[in-house]
Amino acid sequence: MAGLQANAGLLRQILVGFVRDEVRKIGLNKAVLGLSGGIDSALVAFIAAEALGPENVHAICMPYKSSNPESEAHARLVAQACGVNFSVVPITPMVDAYFEMFPEADNMRRGNKMARERMTILFDHSALLSALVLGTSNKTELLLGYGTLYGDMASALNPIGDLYKSHVWQLSEAMGVPGEVVRKQPSADLWAGQTDEEELGFSYRQVDELLYQMVDLRMSREELLVAGFEAEFIDKIYRKIQNSHFKRRLPVIAKVSNRTIDRDFRYSRDWGK
Amino acid sequence: MCDFTAVLAQIKPKLGCVADNLALIEERISQAVADKADLIVFPELALTGYFLKDLVPEVARRLDSPEVLRLVELSRQISIVIGLVEVTDDYRFYNSSLYLEDGAIRHLHRKVYLPTYGLFDEQRYLARGERFRAFDTRFGRVGMLVCEDMWHLSASYILAMDGASTLICLSSSPGRGTEGETLGSAGAWQQLTSTTAMFLNCRVLYCNRVGFEDGVNFWGGSEYVAPSGVSLARGRLLEEDMVAVTLDEGALRRERIFSPMLRDENLFVTMQELRRIERERGL
Repeated sequence: MAGLQANAGLLRQILVGFVRDEVRKIGLNKAVLGLSGGIDSALVAFIAAEALGPENVHAICMPYKSSNPESEAHARLVAQACGVNFSVVPITPMVDAYFEMFPEADNMRRGNKMARERMTILFDHSALLSALVLGTSNKTELLLGYGTLYGDMASALNPIGDLYKSHVWQLSEAMGVPGEVVRKQPSADLWAGQTDEEELGFSYRQVDELLYQMVDLRMSREELLVAGFEAEFIDKIYRKIQNSHFKRRLPVIAKVSNRTIDRDFRYSRDWGK
Repeated sequence: MCDFTAVLAQIKPKLGCVADNLALIEERISQAVADKADLIVFPELALTGYFLKDLVPEVARRLDSPEVLRLVELSRQISIVIGLVEVTDDYRFYNSSLYLEDGAIRHLHRKVYLPTYGLFDEQRYLARGERFRAFDTRFGRVGMLVCEDMWHLSASYILAMDGASTLICLSSSPGRGTEGETLGSAGAWQQLTSTTAMFLNCRVLYCNRVGFEDGVNFWGGSEYVAPSGVSLARGRLLEEDMVAVTLDEGALRRERIFSPMLRDENLFVTMQELRRIERERGL
């Protein structure tokens, strides 16, 4: 599919320019991000290092006791490869202290809590370092709602939110993200052996094809069927997008005045910048 | 007419900051004057930035505002083309462009085609202009277009039929489409400016801004396209630039001799058919 073939040089120029411009225009020159050991945050670290200089980028690895030790090793490898500052802040004490009160909590609650714990650490470091928090969610995850609201989905700027996972792979290779990170199975790393594709029930390549044609090209259901996608798959993905839409919007405000924020009080975020 | 030099000021305005943008514009004008340019062209909404939304009334300026008068004054040194939000006495807000020369407003063009689709929302905030008129300058007859105007064949056509031999397009074009060799929107515009120049035997000066607003990039690539359709100078992609070009009067003359399509254009047939269509549509 031609559309999932991106011009990596052009993407790199736009995304590096985006981080540089959007960080500096508010009078800052630093960024902070969570480095998980996976490809998405690795790519964002590389983009930020090129945009702001590696000395101005702070990557924080935030493992939980059940995280695969390989993840921290990969995060360290990525930080070394692009030269950014690196620190480790384990989240086990905070997360365990909380779940001592709720020992019956299931994996979803635990995973969400971990993602939100990491978010508070990043935003605390944002204040500590005068650095903007960079988001690392890609377009595939954002459309499927495969992320934690106010957790890993929270950031000030997201350079890769309009890139499908397939684009992330291409650009990561072009920018020199270490091969072992590019090639490994994507995983949320909440428990040993977990992989995204197993949990989602389809491969990123498959779903990226469908999302690209459905969302970007606005193909109708009939056209997607003719293109060879299975009805069940189309409907499942459509529902996922619909049901997760709340995660991509601000909280809903009850309208009572003439000018309600975001409805008839409309300004760009870069207002005055 | 003789040759003249123009500078396409590919700037990065700050969103909603009229004073800062005016300072930037004045600085670029001084530079162009020092370089002995005859004309300087700024992008669409150079004085204000693009995604203004509810800021429109705040950043709008009357044609007798201090900012406009200052630019009019500077036009004694160099001819200036500039984009801004104009407010009228009856409180309409227009996406306007001004041609300033010899200390006077030589022409005002209000953007006719306000895009309101995809990422655009102009018609929500702005009033629509209602005319395309060519006008005389010290460089011959000129027509102005603001961005989306140029995507309507009729706009350039009218200006050319009204005698314009130079089309100046002010733009704030967002970059999108990274599948191909070149940026999608850049490729589309390059095709458009080249084809327009070729069809109408006109030269085209296209000035596009750069910078980011809420994650949207403006891709720059300002250019000078000769009446043959050949691009003779092109600004940098995504970065600020000052593109200095010399417009060769001889090239215009020769092109109009080689390819006299505009001379042969039959206004009578065109009008007759347009009137028929108008009648049949019951307009």
